[in-house]
Amino acid sequence: MKPLTGLIPRSGDALPLADYAAAGGYQAVRKALGEMTPSEIIQVVKDSGLRGRGGAGFGTGLKWSFVPAGPDAPRPRHLVANADEMEPGTFKDRLLLEGNPHQLLEGMILASYAIQAEHAWIFLRWEYRLAARRLRAAIAEAAAAGWLGRDILGSGWSLDLRLHVSAGRYMCGEETGLLNALEGRRATPRAKPPFPQASGLWGRPTVVQNVETLCNIPHIVARGPAWFRSLGRGADAGTKLYGASGKVRRPGLWELPMGVTAREVIEGHAGGMREGLRLRGFLPGGASTDFLSAGQLDVAMEFDAVALAGSRLGTGTIVALDDRTCPVGMVLNLETFFAQESCGWCTPCREGLRWAADLLSALESGHGRPEDVETLAELAASLAPGSTYCALAPGAAEPLQSALLLFGDDFRRHVTDGRCPYSLRAAA
Amino acid sequence: MSLTKEERQAIAQEAARMPSPRAACLDALRLVQERRGHVPDDALREVASILGMSEAELDAVATFYNLIFRRPVGRHVVLVCESVSCWIMGCERLREALSRASGAPRGGTSPDGRFTLLPIQCLGDCDHAPALMVDEDLHREATPEGAASILARYP
Ligand SMILES: Cc1cc2nc3c(=O)[nH]c(=O)nc-3n(C[C@H](O)[C@H](O)[C@H](O)COP(=O)(O)O)c2cc1C
Ligand code: SF4
Ligand code: FES
Repeated sequence: MKPLTGLIPRSGDALPLADYAAAGGYQAVRKALGEMTPSEIIQVVKDSGLRGRGGAGFGTGLKWSFVPAGPDAPRPRHLVANADEMEPGTFKDRLLLEGNPHQLLEGMILASYAIQAEHAWIFLRWEYRLAARRLRAAIAEAAAAGWLGRDILGSGWSLDLRLHVSAGRYMCGEETGLLNALEGRRATPRAKPPFPQASGLWGRPTVVQNVETLCNIPHIVARGPAWFRSLGRGADAGTKLYGASGKVRRPGLWELPMGVTAREVIEGHAGGMREGLRLRGFLPGGASTDFLSAGQLDVAMEFDAVALAGSRLGTGTIVALDDRTCPVGMVLNLETFFAQESCGWCTPCREGLRWAADLLSALESGHGRPEDVETLAELAASLAPGSTYCALAPGAAEPLQSALLLFGDDFRRHVTDGRCPYSLRAAA
Repeated sequence: MSLTKEERQAIAQEAARMPSPRAACLDALRLVQERRGHVPDDALREVASILGMSEAELDAVATFYNLIFRRPVGRHVVLVCESVSCWIMGCERLREALSRASGAPRGGTSPDGRFTLLPIQCLGDCDHAPALMVDEDLHREATPEGAASILARYP
Protein backbone atom coordinates (compact mmCIF):
# COMPACT_ATOMS: atom_id res chain seq x y z
CA MET A 1 0.00 0.00 0.00
CA LYS A 2 1.39 3.35 -1.07
CA PRO A 3 -1.34 5.89 -0.36
CA LEU A 4 1.07 8.86 -0.40
CA THR A 5 3.05 8.15 -3.55
CA GLY A 6 1.13 5.44 -5.43
CA LEU A 7 -0.50 7.92 -7.81
CA ILE A 8 2.63 9.96 -8.57
CA PRO A 9 3.41 9.56 -12.28
CA ARG A 10 6.71 7.83 -13.08
CA SER A 11 7.29 10.35 -15.85
CA GLY A 12 8.27 12.94 -13.27
CA ASP A 13 5.21 15.07 -14.06
CA ALA A 14 2.74 16.22 -11.45
CA LEU A 15 -0.48 14.24 -11.14
CA PRO A 16 -3.10 16.29 -13.01
CA LEU A 17 -6.28 17.29 -11.18
CA ALA A 18 -8.42 15.13 -13.48
CA ASP A 19 -6.39 12.02 -12.62
CA TYR A 20 -6.36 12.85 -8.94
CA ALA A 21 -10.14 13.29 -8.96
CA ALA A 22 -10.65 10.10 -10.98
CA ALA A 23 -8.72 8.17 -8.32
CA GLY A 24 -11.01 9.54 -5.58
CA GLY A 25 -9.20 12.82 -4.97
CA TYR A 26 -11.15 15.53 -3.12
CA GLN A 27 -13.82 12.98 -2.13
CA ALA A 28 -12.58 13.26 1.46
CA VAL A 29 -13.42 16.99 1.36
CA ARG A 30 -16.89 16.14 0.05
CA LYS A 31 -17.33 13.59 2.82
CA ALA A 32 -16.00 15.87 5.55
CA LEU A 33 -18.02 18.94 4.62
CA GLY A 34 -21.14 16.88 3.89
CA GLU A 35 -21.20 14.41 6.74
CA MET A 36 -18.71 15.29 9.45
CA THR A 37 -18.35 17.97 12.09
CA PRO A 38 -14.91 19.50 12.66
CA SER A 39 -14.59 17.73 16.01
CA GLU A 40 -15.42 14.41 14.37
CA ILE A 41 -12.50 14.92 11.99
CA ILE A 42 -10.19 15.71 14.88
CA GLN A 43 -11.35 12.52 16.58
CA VAL A 44 -10.72 10.44 13.45
CA VAL A 45 -7.21 11.85 13.12
CA LYS A 46 -6.56 11.19 16.82
CA ASP A 47 -7.83 7.62 16.46
CA SER A 48 -5.65 7.06 13.41
CA GLY A 49 -2.52 7.43 15.53
CA LEU A 50 -0.94 9.81 12.99
CA ARG A 51 2.22 11.44 14.38
CA GLY A 52 3.90 14.47 12.82
CA ARG A 53 6.35 13.68 10.02
CA GLY A 54 8.38 16.89 10.43
CA GLY A 55 10.70 15.27 12.94
CA ALA A 56 9.23 15.44 16.42
CA GLY A 57 6.41 12.91 16.04
CA PHE A 58 3.79 14.83 18.00
CA GLY A 59 0.25 13.45 17.76
CA THR A 60 -1.50 15.37 14.97
CA GLY A 61 -5.08 15.02 16.20
CA LEU A 62 -4.00 15.96 19.70
CA LYS A 63 -2.33 19.12 18.40
CA TRP A 64 -5.54 20.13 16.61
CA SER A 65 -7.58 19.57 19.76
CA PHE A 66 -5.62 22.36 21.49
CA VAL A 67 -7.09 24.96 19.15
CA PRO A 68 -9.80 26.78 21.10
CA ALA A 69 -13.26 25.91 19.74
CA GLY A 70 -16.67 27.48 20.10
CA PRO A 71 -18.30 30.75 19.08
CA ASP A 72 -16.17 32.95 21.36
CA ALA A 73 -12.82 31.52 20.24
CA PRO A 74 -10.44 34.00 18.58
CA ARG A 75 -10.62 34.43 14.81
CA PRO A 76 -9.40 34.27 12.14
CA ARG A 77 -7.40 31.06 12.46
CA HIS A 78 -4.56 29.80 10.35
CA LEU A 79 -3.22 26.53 9.08
CA VAL A 80 0.36 26.37 7.78
CA ALA A 81 1.92 23.64 5.67
CA ASN A 82 5.60 23.57 6.55
CA ALA A 83 7.34 22.99 3.21
CA ASP A 84 10.65 24.52 4.24
CA GLU A 85 12.43 21.12 4.14
CA MET A 86 15.96 22.17 4.93
CA GLU A 87 17.17 19.50 7.34
CA PRO A 88 20.39 18.24 5.73
CA GLY A 89 19.93 14.76 4.33
CA THR A 90 16.17 15.22 3.87
CA PHE A 91 14.45 15.11 0.49
CA LYS A 92 11.01 13.63 1.11
CA ASP A 93 8.57 16.55 0.97
CA ARG A 94 10.02 17.56 -2.40
CA LEU A 95 8.52 14.42 -3.99
CA LEU A 96 5.08 15.00 -2.46
CA LEU A 97 5.06 18.65 -3.53
CA GLU A 98 6.26 18.02 -7.07
CA GLY A 99 4.44 14.76 -7.69
CA ASN A 100 0.97 15.28 -6.22
CA PRO A 101 0.30 18.87 -5.15
CA HIS A 102 -3.48 18.32 -5.00
CA GLN A 103 -3.01 15.70 -2.28
CA LEU A 104 -1.34 18.35 -0.11
CA LEU A 105 -4.08 20.89 -0.90
CA GLU A 106 -6.77 18.38 0.03
CA GLY A 107 -5.00 17.61 3.30
CA MET A 108 -4.75 21.33 4.03
CA ILE A 109 -8.44 21.89 3.28
CA LEU A 110 -9.41 19.07 5.65
CA ALA A 111 -7.06 20.23 8.40
CA SER A 112 -8.31 23.80 8.02
CA TYR A 113 -11.91 22.64 8.24
CA ALA A 114 -11.12 20.57 11.35
CA ILE A 115 -9.70 23.58 13.18
CA GLN A 116 -12.13 25.96 11.44
CA ALA A 117 -9.35 28.05 9.93
CA GLU A 118 -10.16 30.65 7.32
CA HIS A 119 -6.57 31.14 6.15
CA ALA A 120 -4.11 28.53 4.98
CA TRP A 121 -0.49 29.07 3.98
CA ILE A 122 2.13 26.97 2.29
CA PHE A 123 5.57 27.99 3.55
CA LEU A 124 7.90 26.85 0.76
CA ARG A 125 11.67 27.16 0.52
CA TRP A 126 12.78 29.19 -2.52
CA GLU A 127 15.00 26.46 -3.93
CA TYR A 128 11.97 24.26 -4.71
CA ARG A 129 11.26 26.11 -7.97
CA LEU A 130 9.44 23.26 -9.70
CA ALA A 131 7.26 22.70 -6.64
CA ALA A 132 6.40 26.42 -6.59
CA ARG A 133 5.21 26.35 -10.20
CA ARG A 134 3.18 23.19 -9.68
CA LEU A 135 1.64 24.41 -6.42
CA ARG A 136 0.61 27.69 -8.04
CA ALA A 137 -1.05 25.81 -10.87
CA ALA A 138 -2.75 23.39 -8.47
CA ILE A 139 -4.06 26.19 -6.24
CA ALA A 140 -5.60 27.90 -9.28
CA GLU A 141 -7.15 24.61 -10.47
CA ALA A 142 -8.56 23.81 -7.03
CA ALA A 143 -10.03 27.29 -6.71
CA ALA A 144 -11.60 27.06 -10.18
CA ALA A 145 -13.12 23.70 -9.24
CA GLY A 146 -14.63 25.15 -6.07
CA TRP A 147 -12.44 23.29 -3.54
CA LEU A 148 -11.00 26.57 -2.30
CA GLY A 149 -12.46 30.03 -1.86
CA ARG A 150 -15.82 31.20 -0.64
CA ASP A 151 -18.57 28.92 0.67
CA ILE A 152 -16.93 25.64 -0.29
CA LEU A 153 -19.54 23.08 -1.48
CA GLY A 154 -22.28 25.33 -0.07
CA SER A 155 -21.09 24.59 3.47
CA GLY A 156 -20.87 28.25 4.43
CA TRP A 157 -17.18 27.74 5.25
CA SER A 158 -14.53 29.62 3.24
CA LEU A 159 -10.81 29.09 2.91
CA ASP A 160 -8.20 31.43 1.46
CA LEU A 161 -5.02 29.47 0.64
CA ARG A 162 -1.76 31.18 -0.30
CA LEU A 163 1.75 30.21 -1.22
CA HIS A 164 4.59 31.95 0.62
CA VAL A 165 8.01 31.47 -0.96
CA SER A 166 10.82 31.92 1.56
CA ALA A 167 14.45 32.90 0.96
CA GLY A 168 16.66 30.49 2.87
CA ARG A 169 17.71 29.88 6.52
CA TYR A 170 17.05 26.60 8.33
CA MET A 171 15.48 28.50 11.23
CA CYS A 172 12.47 29.37 9.08
CA GLY A 173 11.34 25.75 9.39
CA GLU A 174 11.13 25.94 13.18
CA GLU A 175 7.45 26.54 13.73
CA THR A 176 7.57 29.78 15.72
CA GLY A 177 10.42 31.16 13.61
CA LEU A 178 8.25 30.34 10.62
CA LEU A 179 5.37 32.35 12.09
CA ASN A 180 7.64 35.36 12.56
CA ALA A 181 8.87 34.98 8.98
CA LEU A 182 5.29 34.90 7.66
CA GLU A 183 4.53 38.08 9.59
CA GLY A 184 7.48 39.77 7.89
CA ARG A 185 9.91 39.58 10.81
CA ARG A 186 13.28 37.90 11.36
CA ALA A 187 12.75 34.18 11.81
CA THR A 188 13.86 34.03 15.42
CA PRO A 189 11.71 31.72 17.52
CA ARG A 190 9.06 32.75 20.02
CA ALA A 191 9.00 31.70 23.64
CA LYS A 192 6.46 28.96 24.40
CA PRO A 193 3.91 29.02 25.96
CA PRO A 194 1.76 30.37 24.51
CA PHE A 195 1.78 27.63 21.90
CA PRO A 196 0.84 28.54 18.33
CA GLN A 197 -2.41 26.55 18.60
CA ALA A 198 -3.57 29.22 21.08
CA SER A 199 -1.63 32.23 19.83
CA GLY A 200 0.20 31.98 16.53
CA LEU A 201 0.06 34.13 13.41
CA TRP A 202 -0.90 37.68 14.41
CA GLY A 203 -1.80 36.30 17.81
CA ARG A 204 -4.49 34.01 16.41
CA PRO A 205 -4.79 30.22 16.79
CA THR A 206 -2.47 28.55 14.28
CA VAL A 207 -1.52 24.99 13.46
CA VAL A 208 1.73 24.21 11.67
CA GLN A 209 2.14 20.77 10.09
CA ASN A 210 4.73 19.13 7.95
CA VAL A 211 3.84 18.43 4.30
CA GLU A 212 3.99 14.65 4.68
CA THR A 213 1.75 14.79 7.77
CA LEU A 214 -0.90 16.74 5.85
CA CYS A 215 -0.71 14.45 2.81
CA ASN A 216 -1.90 11.58 5.03
CA ILE A 217 -5.11 13.36 6.06
CA PRO A 218 -7.24 12.79 2.92
CA HIS A 219 -6.59 9.05 3.13
CA ILE A 220 -7.38 8.89 6.84
CA VAL A 221 -10.65 10.78 6.38
CA ALA A 222 -11.65 8.72 3.33
CA ARG A 223 -10.71 5.27 4.64
CA GLY A 224 -10.86 5.58 8.40
CA PRO A 225 -8.47 5.24 11.33
CA ALA A 226 -8.49 1.44 11.52
CA TRP A 227 -7.28 1.17 7.93
CA PHE A 228 -4.53 3.71 8.61
CA ARG A 229 -3.33 1.92 11.72
CA SER A 230 -3.23 -1.36 9.85
CA LEU A 231 -0.64 0.08 7.45
CA GLY A 232 2.05 0.31 10.12
CA ARG A 233 4.06 -2.72 11.03
CA GLY A 234 4.66 -2.01 14.70
CA ALA A 235 3.67 0.69 17.16
CA ASP A 236 3.28 3.54 14.66
CA ALA A 237 0.47 3.93 12.16
CA GLY A 238 0.54 4.54 8.44
CA THR A 239 3.26 4.52 5.85
CA LYS A 240 6.34 6.72 5.84
CA LEU A 241 8.67 8.09 3.22
CA TYR A 242 12.08 6.60 3.99
CA GLY A 243 15.22 7.65 2.20
CA ALA A 244 18.88 6.78 1.97
CA SER A 245 21.81 8.89 0.82
CA GLY A 246 25.58 8.68 1.12
CA LYS A 247 27.64 5.93 -0.50
CA VAL A 248 24.88 3.36 -0.83
CA ARG A 249 24.44 1.60 -4.18
CA ARG A 250 21.02 3.06 -4.98
CA PRO A 251 20.28 6.26 -3.07
CA GLY A 252 16.58 7.00 -3.12
CA LEU A 253 13.23 7.46 -1.44
CA TRP A 254 10.61 4.80 -0.77
CA GLU A 255 7.15 4.77 0.78
CA LEU A 256 7.13 1.83 3.19
CA PRO A 257 5.10 0.65 6.18
CA MET A 258 5.98 2.52 9.37
CA GLY A 259 8.36 0.37 11.35
CA VAL A 260 10.46 -1.27 8.62
CA THR A 261 14.00 -1.80 9.84
CA ALA A 262 16.94 0.38 8.91
CA ARG A 263 18.47 -2.78 7.42
CA GLU A 264 15.57 -3.16 4.99
CA VAL A 265 16.06 0.43 3.88
CA ILE A 266 19.85 0.42 3.59
CA GLU A 267 20.55 -3.15 2.49
CA GLY A 268 17.28 -3.87 0.74
CA HIS A 269 15.97 -0.79 -0.99
CA ALA A 270 19.26 1.08 -1.26
CA GLY A 271 21.15 -2.07 -2.25
CA GLY A 272 23.71 -1.88 0.55
CA MET A 273 26.99 -0.04 0.44
CA ARG A 274 28.93 0.56 -2.75
CA GLU A 275 31.54 -1.98 -3.85
CA GLY A 276 34.42 -2.16 -1.39
CA LEU A 277 32.79 -0.05 1.32
CA ARG A 278 31.43 -1.04 4.70
CA LEU A 279 28.74 0.74 6.69
CA ARG A 280 30.12 2.30 9.88
CA GLY A 281 27.06 4.10 11.13
CA PHE A 282 24.11 6.17 10.05
CA LEU A 283 21.97 9.16 10.87
CA PRO A 284 18.46 7.68 10.92
CA GLY A 285 16.55 10.85 10.10
CA GLY A 286 18.59 13.83 9.01
CA ALA A 287 21.40 15.96 10.39
CA SER A 288 19.93 16.55 13.83
CA THR A 289 19.62 12.90 14.86
CA ASP A 290 22.14 10.84 16.84
CA PHE A 291 24.36 8.44 14.89
CA LEU A 292 23.45 4.79 15.22
CA SER A 293 26.12 2.16 14.67
CA ALA A 294 26.21 -0.48 11.94
CA GLY A 295 25.35 -2.96 14.68
CA GLN A 296 21.97 -1.28 15.17
CA LEU A 297 20.63 -1.89 11.67
CA ASP A 298 17.74 -3.97 12.93
CA VAL A 299 16.13 -1.05 14.71
CA ALA A 300 12.53 -0.53 13.62
CA MET A 301 12.27 2.87 11.93
CA GLU A 302 9.42 4.16 14.10
CA PHE A 303 9.39 6.92 16.71
CA ASP A 304 9.67 5.03 19.99
CA ALA A 305 11.96 2.25 18.76
CA VAL A 306 14.54 4.66 17.35
CA ALA A 307 14.37 6.70 20.56
CA LEU A 308 14.99 3.53 22.56
CA ALA A 309 18.03 2.82 20.39
CA GLY A 310 19.40 6.23 21.37
CA SER A 311 18.46 8.42 18.46
CA ARG A 312 15.38 9.89 16.78
CA LEU A 313 13.38 8.89 13.73
CA GLY A 314 13.53 12.54 12.69
CA THR A 315 12.57 12.86 9.04
CA GLY A 316 13.18 9.17 8.28
CA THR A 317 15.78 9.93 5.62
CA ILE A 318 18.95 7.99 6.44
CA VAL A 319 22.45 9.31 5.80
CA ALA A 320 24.93 6.42 5.62
CA LEU A 321 28.53 6.78 6.83
CA ASP A 322 30.95 4.39 5.12
CA ASP A 323 34.34 3.20 6.39
CA ARG A 324 36.34 5.38 3.98
CA THR A 325 34.66 8.64 5.00
CA CYS A 326 36.06 10.41 8.04
CA PRO A 327 33.53 10.60 10.88
CA VAL A 328 35.29 13.68 12.28
CA GLY A 329 35.00 15.36 8.89
CA MET A 330 31.32 14.43 8.73
CA VAL A 331 30.62 15.86 12.18
CA LEU A 332 32.60 18.98 11.26
CA ASN A 333 30.37 19.39 8.22
CA LEU A 334 27.22 18.99 10.36
CA GLU A 335 28.31 21.37 13.12
CA THR A 336 29.47 23.97 10.62
CA PHE A 337 25.95 23.89 9.22
CA PHE A 338 24.33 24.30 12.62
CA ALA A 339 26.75 27.05 13.68
CA GLN A 340 25.99 28.97 10.52
CA GLU A 341 22.24 28.52 10.82
CA SER A 342 22.02 29.47 14.51
CA CYS A 343 19.85 32.55 14.74
CA GLY A 344 22.04 33.88 17.55
CA TRP A 345 19.29 34.28 20.13
CA CYS A 346 20.73 32.00 22.83
CA THR A 347 24.33 32.08 24.01
CA PRO A 348 25.03 28.31 24.23
CA CYS A 349 23.91 27.93 20.63
CA ARG A 350 25.48 31.06 19.16
CA GLU A 351 28.84 30.67 20.92
CA GLY A 352 28.93 26.93 21.62
CA LEU A 353 28.28 25.76 18.08
CA ARG A 354 30.90 28.06 16.60
CA TRP A 355 33.39 26.85 19.20
CA ALA A 356 32.55 23.21 18.48
CA ALA A 357 32.97 23.78 14.75
CA ASP A 358 36.36 25.46 15.35
CA LEU A 359 37.58 22.58 17.54
CA LEU A 360 36.41 20.03 14.97
CA SER A 361 38.12 21.96 12.23
CA ALA A 362 41.38 21.97 14.18
CA LEU A 363 41.07 18.23 14.87
CA GLU A 364 40.28 17.42 11.26
CA SER A 365 43.31 19.34 10.02
CA GLY A 366 45.60 17.60 12.55
CA HIS A 367 45.98 20.53 14.92
CA GLY A 368 43.76 19.20 17.70
CA ARG A 369 44.82 18.78 21.32
CA PRO A 370 43.90 15.80 23.50
CA GLU A 371 41.62 17.92 25.71
CA ASP A 372 39.59 19.10 22.69
CA VAL A 373 37.67 15.85 22.65
CA GLU A 374 36.50 16.44 26.22
CA THR A 375 35.65 20.05 25.47
CA LEU A 376 33.49 18.85 22.58
CA ALA A 377 31.62 16.51 24.92
CA GLU A 378 31.06 19.36 27.36
CA LEU A 379 29.81 21.63 24.60
CA ALA A 380 27.39 18.95 23.42
CA ALA A 381 26.07 18.58 26.96
CA SER A 382 25.61 22.35 27.29
CA LEU A 383 23.25 22.30 24.28
CA ALA A 384 20.85 19.82 25.86
CA PRO A 385 17.10 20.45 25.65
CA GLY A 386 15.98 23.19 28.02
CA SER A 387 18.98 25.47 27.73
CA THR A 388 17.88 27.17 24.51
CA TYR A 389 14.75 28.71 22.98
CA CYS A 390 14.39 26.26 20.14
CA ALA A 391 15.36 22.74 19.16
CA LEU A 392 18.14 23.73 16.77
CA ALA A 393 20.83 23.52 19.44
CA PRO A 394 19.72 20.22 21.02
CA GLY A 395 19.45 18.87 17.48
CA ALA A 396 23.00 19.97 16.76
CA ALA A 397 24.21 18.22 19.91
CA GLU A 398 22.83 14.86 18.80
CA PRO A 399 25.24 13.89 16.01
CA LEU A 400 28.15 15.36 18.00
CA GLN A 401 27.56 13.53 21.28
CA SER A 402 26.85 10.22 19.53
CA ALA A 403 29.87 10.52 17.23
CA LEU A 404 32.12 11.06 20.26
CA LEU A 405 30.79 7.84 21.76
CA LEU A 406 30.72 5.71 18.61
CA PHE A 407 33.81 7.01 16.85
CA GLY A 408 35.88 8.18 19.85
CA ASP A 409 38.97 6.34 18.57
CA ASP A 410 38.81 8.27 15.33
CA PHE A 411 38.78 11.58 17.20
CA ARG A 412 41.78 10.51 19.31
CA ARG A 413 43.72 9.25 16.30
CA HIS A 414 43.39 12.66 14.66
CA VAL A 415 45.22 14.05 17.69
CA THR A 416 47.90 11.39 18.03
CA ASP A 417 48.60 11.13 14.27
CA GLY A 418 48.51 14.90 13.82
CA ARG A 419 46.50 14.44 10.65
CA CYS A 420 43.27 12.95 9.32
CA PRO A 421 43.82 9.20 8.93
CA TYR A 422 41.28 9.24 6.09
CA SER A 423 42.93 12.06 4.21
CA LEU A 424 43.90 9.83 1.31
CA ARG A 425 40.28 8.90 0.79
CA ALA A 426 39.73 11.50 -1.93
CA ALA A 427 42.22 9.64 -4.09
CA ALA A 428 40.25 6.42 -3.79
CA MET B 1 12.98 57.55 -6.65
CA SER B 2 14.56 54.25 -7.47
CA LEU B 3 11.42 52.12 -7.78
CA THR B 4 9.19 52.51 -10.80
CA LYS B 5 5.59 53.59 -10.33
CA GLU B 6 4.49 50.13 -11.36
CA GLU B 7 6.76 48.51 -8.75
CA ARG B 8 5.48 50.79 -6.01
CA GLN B 9 1.92 49.89 -6.96
CA ALA B 10 2.63 46.16 -7.02
CA ILE B 11 4.17 46.34 -3.54
CA ALA B 12 1.33 48.42 -2.13
CA GLN B 13 -1.21 46.03 -3.62
CA GLU B 14 0.47 42.98 -2.14
CA ALA B 15 0.67 44.74 1.23
CA ALA B 16 -3.05 45.47 1.12
CA ARG B 17 -3.82 41.75 0.67
CA MET B 18 -1.95 40.87 3.85
CA PRO B 19 -3.20 40.97 7.44
CA SER B 20 -0.41 43.50 8.05
CA PRO B 21 1.62 45.37 5.42
CA ARG B 22 5.02 44.17 6.60
CA ALA B 23 4.00 40.60 5.83
CA ALA B 24 4.56 41.55 2.19
CA CYS B 25 8.16 42.58 2.82
CA LEU B 26 9.89 39.48 1.52
CA ASP B 27 7.83 39.49 -1.68
CA ALA B 28 8.68 43.16 -2.09
CA LEU B 29 12.40 42.59 -1.60
CA ARG B 30 12.28 39.76 -4.10
CA LEU B 31 10.47 41.90 -6.65
CA VAL B 32 13.29 44.42 -6.36
CA GLN B 33 15.96 41.74 -6.54
CA GLU B 34 14.43 39.99 -9.56
CA ARG B 35 14.82 43.15 -11.60
CA ARG B 36 18.13 44.44 -10.27
CA GLY B 37 19.97 41.30 -9.22
CA HIS B 38 20.21 42.60 -5.66
CA VAL B 39 18.46 45.01 -3.27
CA PRO B 40 20.21 48.40 -3.32
CA ASP B 41 19.97 50.75 -0.33
CA ASP B 42 17.71 53.33 -1.97
CA ALA B 43 15.22 50.65 -3.05
CA LEU B 44 15.24 49.16 0.44
CA ARG B 45 14.48 52.57 1.90
CA GLU B 46 11.52 53.05 -0.43
CA VAL B 47 10.10 49.58 0.21
CA ALA B 48 10.35 50.23 3.95
CA SER B 49 8.42 53.46 3.66
CA ILE B 50 5.66 51.86 1.53
CA LEU B 51 5.26 49.09 4.14
CA GLY B 52 5.41 51.40 7.15
CA MET B 53 8.61 49.83 8.46
CA SER B 54 11.79 51.54 9.50
CA GLU B 55 14.76 51.04 7.25
CA ALA B 56 16.57 49.20 10.03
CA GLU B 57 13.65 46.82 10.56
CA LEU B 58 13.47 45.93 6.89
CA ASP B 59 17.22 45.55 6.60
CA ALA B 60 17.16 43.23 9.63
CA VAL B 61 14.74 40.99 7.76
CA ALA B 62 16.56 41.28 4.44
CA THR B 63 19.91 40.31 5.94
CA PHE B 64 18.42 37.36 7.80
CA TYR B 65 17.80 35.58 4.50
CA ASN B 66 20.77 34.16 2.65
CA LEU B 67 18.93 34.41 -0.67
CA ILE B 68 18.22 38.12 -0.47
CA PHE B 69 21.32 39.84 -1.81
CA ARG B 70 22.16 43.25 -0.42
CA ARG B 71 25.20 43.58 -2.67
CA PRO B 72 25.55 43.10 -6.41
CA VAL B 73 25.91 39.56 -7.74
CA GLY B 74 26.95 38.20 -11.12
CA ARG B 75 24.58 37.58 -14.05
CA HIS B 76 24.19 34.00 -12.85
CA VAL B 77 24.17 32.76 -9.28
CA VAL B 78 25.62 29.30 -8.68
CA LEU B 79 24.48 27.68 -5.42
CA VAL B 80 26.62 24.67 -4.50
CA CYS B 81 25.27 22.38 -1.82
CA GLU B 82 27.81 21.86 0.95
CA SER B 83 25.62 19.82 3.31
CA VAL B 84 26.29 16.37 4.61
CA SER B 85 25.22 14.02 1.80
CA CYS B 86 26.83 16.17 -0.87
CA TRP B 87 29.96 16.41 1.28
CA ILE B 88 30.16 12.62 1.45
CA MET B 89 29.73 12.50 -2.32
CA GLY B 90 32.50 14.95 -3.03
CA CYS B 91 31.05 18.45 -3.16
CA GLU B 92 34.40 19.99 -2.24
CA ARG B 93 36.07 18.87 -5.46
CA LEU B 94 32.97 19.90 -7.37
CA ARG B 95 33.06 23.37 -5.86
CA GLU B 96 36.74 23.77 -6.66
CA ALA B 97 36.07 22.77 -10.27
CA LEU B 98 33.16 25.21 -10.49
CA SER B 99 35.34 27.90 -9.05
CA ARG B 100 38.11 27.24 -11.60
CA ALA B 101 35.68 27.06 -14.51
CA SER B 102 33.78 30.20 -13.53
CA GLY B 103 36.64 32.30 -12.20
CA ALA B 104 34.53 33.03 -9.09
CA PRO B 105 35.91 32.25 -5.62
CA ARG B 106 33.62 30.64 -3.02
CA GLY B 107 31.41 33.50 -1.86
CA GLY B 108 32.51 35.83 -4.65
CA THR B 109 31.93 36.96 -8.23
CA SER B 110 34.05 36.28 -11.31
CA PRO B 111 36.02 39.26 -12.64
CA ASP B 112 33.86 39.30 -15.79
CA GLY B 113 30.71 39.61 -13.67
CA ARG B 114 29.22 36.46 -15.14
CA PHE B 115 29.02 34.17 -12.10
CA THR B 116 28.63 34.46 -8.34
CA LEU B 117 29.49 31.23 -6.53
CA LEU B 118 27.76 30.70 -3.20
CA PRO B 119 27.68 27.79 -0.78
CA ILE B 120 24.18 26.64 0.14
CA GLN B 121 22.63 24.27 2.67
CA CYS B 122 21.05 20.97 1.67
CA LEU B 123 19.04 21.42 -1.54
CA GLY B 124 16.72 18.53 -0.68
CA ASP B 125 18.18 16.43 -3.46
CA CYS B 126 20.53 14.26 -1.41
CA ASP B 127 19.79 11.06 -3.33
CA HIS B 128 21.27 12.80 -6.39
CA ALA B 129 24.30 14.27 -4.61
CA PRO B 130 26.29 16.30 -5.25
CA ALA B 131 23.72 18.89 -6.27
CA LEU B 132 23.87 22.52 -7.31
CA MET B 133 21.61 25.18 -8.71
CA VAL B 134 22.41 27.72 -11.37
CA ASP B 135 19.81 30.48 -11.22
CA GLU B 136 16.52 28.54 -11.04
CA ASP B 137 17.82 25.26 -12.47
CA LEU B 138 18.76 22.23 -10.41
CA HIS B 139 21.73 20.13 -11.57
CA ARG B 140 22.05 16.72 -10.01
CA GLU B 141 24.85 14.17 -9.71
CA ALA B 142 27.30 16.78 -10.90
CA THR B 143 30.96 15.86 -11.39
CA PRO B 144 34.07 18.05 -11.31
CA GLU B 145 34.73 16.98 -14.92
CA GLY B 146 31.27 18.17 -15.97
CA ALA B 147 31.47 21.54 -14.17
CA ALA B 148 32.57 23.56 -17.18
CA SER B 149 29.87 22.16 -19.43
CA ILE B 150 27.14 23.03 -16.91
CA LEU B 151 28.39 26.62 -16.72
CA ALA B 152 28.66 26.87 -20.52
CA ARG B 153 24.87 26.89 -20.66
CA TYR B 154 24.77 30.24 -18.88
CA PRO B 155 26.31 32.96 -21.08
C1 LIG C 1 15.63 24.42 13.40
C2 LIG C 1 14.39 23.67 13.03
C3 LIG C 1 14.04 23.52 11.70
C4 LIG C 1 12.89 22.85 11.33
N1 LIG C 1 12.58 22.72 10.01
C5 LIG C 1 11.45 22.06 9.65
C6 LIG C 1 11.09 21.92 8.28
O1 LIG C 1 11.79 22.39 7.38
N2 LIG C 1 9.94 21.26 7.97
C7 LIG C 1 9.13 20.74 8.95
O2 LIG C 1 8.09 20.18 8.64
N3 LIG C 1 9.43 20.86 10.25
C8 LIG C 1 10.57 21.50 10.62
N4 LIG C 1 10.86 21.63 11.96
C9 LIG C 1 9.88 21.13 12.94
C10 LIG C 1 8.78 22.20 13.16
O3 LIG C 1 9.20 23.07 14.19
C11 LIG C 1 7.45 21.60 13.56
O4 LIG C 1 7.65 20.78 14.66
C12 LIG C 1 6.79 20.79 12.48
O5 LIG C 1 6.63 21.54 11.30
C13 LIG C 1 5.44 20.33 12.96
O6 LIG C 1 4.84 19.51 12.01
P1 LIG C 1 4.45 17.99 12.28
O7 LIG C 1 3.85 17.89 13.65
O8 LIG C 1 3.50 17.68 11.19
O9 LIG C 1 5.72 17.20 12.17
C14 LIG C 1 12.04 22.30 12.33
C15 LIG C 1 12.41 22.42 13.67
C16 LIG C 1 13.57 23.09 14.03
C17 LIG C 1 13.92 23.21 15.47
S1 SF4 D 1 18.76 27.39 19.91
FE1 SF4 D 1 20.01 28.50 18.40
S2 SF4 D 1 18.68 28.70 16.63
FE2 SF4 D 1 17.34 28.19 18.38
S3 SF4 D 1 16.70 30.16 19.23
FE3 SF4 D 1 18.57 29.61 20.31
S4 SF4 D 1 20.21 30.62 19.13
FE4 SF4 D 1 18.40 30.58 17.82
S1 FES E 1 23.04 17.36 1.23
FE1 FES E 1 23.20 18.28 -0.74
S2 FES E 1 21.19 18.08 -1.50
FE2 FES E 1 21.00 17.34 0.54
